[in-house]
Amino acid sequence: MGSLFSEVFLGALLFGAVAAAVPLLLAGLGEQISEKSGILNIGIEGMMIAGAYFGFLVAYSSGSLWLGFLGGALAGGIVASVMAILCVRLGLNQIVIGIGLTLGLEGLTALLHHVQFSRTYPRLPAADVLAIPLLSDIPVLGPALFRHHLIVYLAVALVFVMIYVYRRTQLGLNLQAAGDKPAALDVAGVDVVRTRTVAVLSTGALAGIGGAYLANIGAGIFVPFITNGAGFLGIVLAMLARGRPVWVLLGALLFGISLSLTTALQVAGINIPTDVIQMIPFLAVMIMLVAFGRRSSLPAALGIPYERGAR
Amino acid sequence: MTATSHQAAAEPIVTLERITKAFPGVVANDNVDLQILPGEVHVLLGENGAGKSTLIGLLSGLQQPDSGSIQIDGTQRAINSPRHALSLGIGTVFQHAMLVPTLTVAENLLLGGPWWERPRKERLREKVDEISKSLGIAVDLDAYAHDLSLGEQQQVEILRALIRDSRVLILDESTSMLTPKGIEELGSLMRRLVNRGLAIIFITHKLNEAVSFGDRISVLKLGRKVGEIGPDRFKSLDKAELTTQIVEMMFGGQHSEDDAGFHKPNPLSTAEPPVLVLDGVTLESTSTAPGLNSVHLELHPGELLGIAGIDGNGQKQLADALSGQSRIESGSITLNGKRIETHSVGERRDAGLRYLTDDRLGEGTVSTFPVSLNFLLKQIGSPPYWRNQIERRADIDQHAEHLIQDYDVRTPSAHTPVGRLSGGNIQKVLLARELSDGAKVVIFNKPTYGLDLSNTVSTRQRIRDIAASGLGVLLISTDLEELLELCDRIAVMDAGTITGIVENGENARTEVGRLMVGLSQ
Repeated sequence: MGSLFSEVFLGALLFGAVAAAVPLLLAGLGEQISEKSGILNIGIEGMMIAGAYFGFLVAYSSGSLWLGFLGGALAGGIVASVMAILCVRLGLNQIVIGIGLTLGLEGLTALLHHVQFSRTYPRLPAADVLAIPLLSDIPVLGPALFRHHLIVYLAVALVFVMIYVYRRTQLGLNLQAAGDKPAALDVAGVDVVRTRTVAVLSTGALAGIGGAYLANIGAGIFVPFITNGAGFLGIVLAMLARGRPVWVLLGALLFGISLSLTTALQVAGINIPTDVIQMIPFLAVMIMLVAFGRRSSLPAALGIPYERGAR
Repeated sequence: MTATSHQAAAEPIVTLERITKAFPGVVANDNVDLQILPGEVHVLLGENGAGKSTLIGLLSGLQQPDSGSIQIDGTQRAINSPRHALSLGIGTVFQHAMLVPTLTVAENLLLGGPWWERPRKERLREKVDEISKSLGIAVDLDAYAHDLSLGEQQQVEILRALIRDSRVLILDESTSMLTPKGIEELGSLMRRLVNRGLAIIFITHKLNEAVSFGDRISVLKLGRKVGEIGPDRFKSLDKAELTTQIVEMMFGGQHSEDDAGFHKPNPLSTAEPPVLVLDGVTLESTSTAPGLNSVHLELHPGELLGIAGIDGNGQKQLADALSGQSRIESGSITLNGKRIETHSVGERRDAGLRYLTDDRLGEGTVSTFPVSLNFLLKQIGSPPYWRNQIERRADIDQHAEHLIQDYDVRTPSAHTPVGRLSGGNIQKVLLARELSDGAKVVIFNKPTYGLDLSNTVSTRQRIRDIAASGLGVLLISTDLEELLELCDRIAVMDAGTITGIVENGENARTEVGRLMVGLSQ
């Protein structure tokens, strides 16, 4: 068992944890925006896979990862706009529409992939790594934490951007009011439907970028069902973190570690069936829900469509 | 009442002309004309369903009128959103607090600013200081809204309207949740505001508030404006005359051809010893509902006792306390000489107390169960219809067929889910269930609410028959006509207290009406 604590093992585990955490972080932060405004966005898994597919398509045909992320954000946003029209404007059931979007897009992207790439399975070259001077020279931790693509650092920076938005901006106030008491926001002169639409579209864009990261940087390839529940884990993270972005970051890292154990344990040559290892993140969800879930209070109007003047 | 001379000549800020607004099945506003002048407290009076809330909804941009016009400063406008209403200078303090509980007072006041801007707390603080100092109100900007009392929340909402430079302030039943002291304070605050040239629309059920705080009173009834008393008449009359005139407007002159008129009290009904006695029944109030304040009632066999009052004054709490759904804090409930206040719902039922809820589908029946099982909902699992926990289908069906015939329930079969029946027929199923075997006292909570005319008529007849058969009947209703038509005596509830009991008769309408709006008999 000595190999469990070797530098190679720890390095691979931590590097993998960060890489696996980034899409969860983006999804979690995105879901948090929707939930804050009172929309339970279950379609996020669908937005993510749309971002993964379209992001890969754009990056593959343009040769630019950044255009790929832009494409991913756009695709996620388009799926989100469907959700916004159906659930925010028309007030349809958020859970039903969310599940429908997720299943629909998983099927659609699998089909498109089959038509376009099933013979060739094209791959993207490995992404450029931005090594942060000095920090990246720290043994073990340096290469694991500070040799990643720029988007990784940006995703972490987004945590602090969101803290600022929630605490210090008018938009943050509006989002919270839309989730906790939409009628009060409406009579204060802010359009609830518009506020929630902005929230859902932001969720879609962030989820799309997360999906594009999974395909373009995480795997370098698009395969059907590549998101594999990452969007749903994002929902769990947002639920556990309630309104706090830092908690999403911590939760995403925790999940990232359990996800990367899958590979790291193989690197370490420990013989556990991969099926068992792949259960780890979901066991972690249940443990975290038991530990923290009971105390987390959700927005009062979460999941309830807003209708002006309804009594 | 200090309308100064320059205000008398002022132009109206808001003019409503022939405003009509209908909802499915009801005309909420019917050709209403209204003028709102600066420097005046304009009181809107009316019972439940008079159309006050709808009118406020139209002015605050929550709803649009079907026809008629709204003019602001003489220009015709369509107020199409709350934001638009605010920008036109109309600020509303709604009946139910409209603050976000999880935000601070300051953050609540900042809601509605341009989204790209940073909230400017310092500028807000200055502005709030300035306004609150001159009005003599104090608010803690850093307190969370959910920590404030209802009176304080209201002050914050008034402040919000003033920060937005509102010229018209609408107060929708703002006194309903306030203490007497809070009401006094609100009254003097309104006076200070109109003295600064604001126009206030003040909605209330209470006549004495209207008379002591208002400059002008408009009375709404069933969606129509039935009268207005302007400042000149207001000043020339003393309180008693004013009150009499308003009561006449609100409750008088509605004896029409199809009106059944009042019911002659049954002289025998009070001769026998009471079957149900409530003594000092008390229930703590909550933040959203009034409690019960030492309620004393006596119900005699064969008597029909009505409970009148504006909705939300403790009627639901009284019903729950009687039926056993909430435990009273002190006092006693005696049924047929036996104390039952600690009994459970089931035990009270066995003792002969039956309760017909106003929530027919939610509380009263299981809508997906067949009619036959709904008849036995409170006896499921017990003999004779269940033996050793196994249901005896034939007996249950036979029982159901009997009741369906006796109560004329129009259902395709005894096996139809009760949720598919009409409201009137669900009512019959409930009645059949509650009245079979051993009922002594029946409590009705809004029995005809939401029923069509023919079902209303037949339900009322059935209630009469029940009392005539010797049972004590307690009828809780917000419909004064219904109470006058059916009851021997009518008790009036106001903020959880029985403020008076009126023998039904020629003057009962006025007497009950006066009690309902907070005047003494």
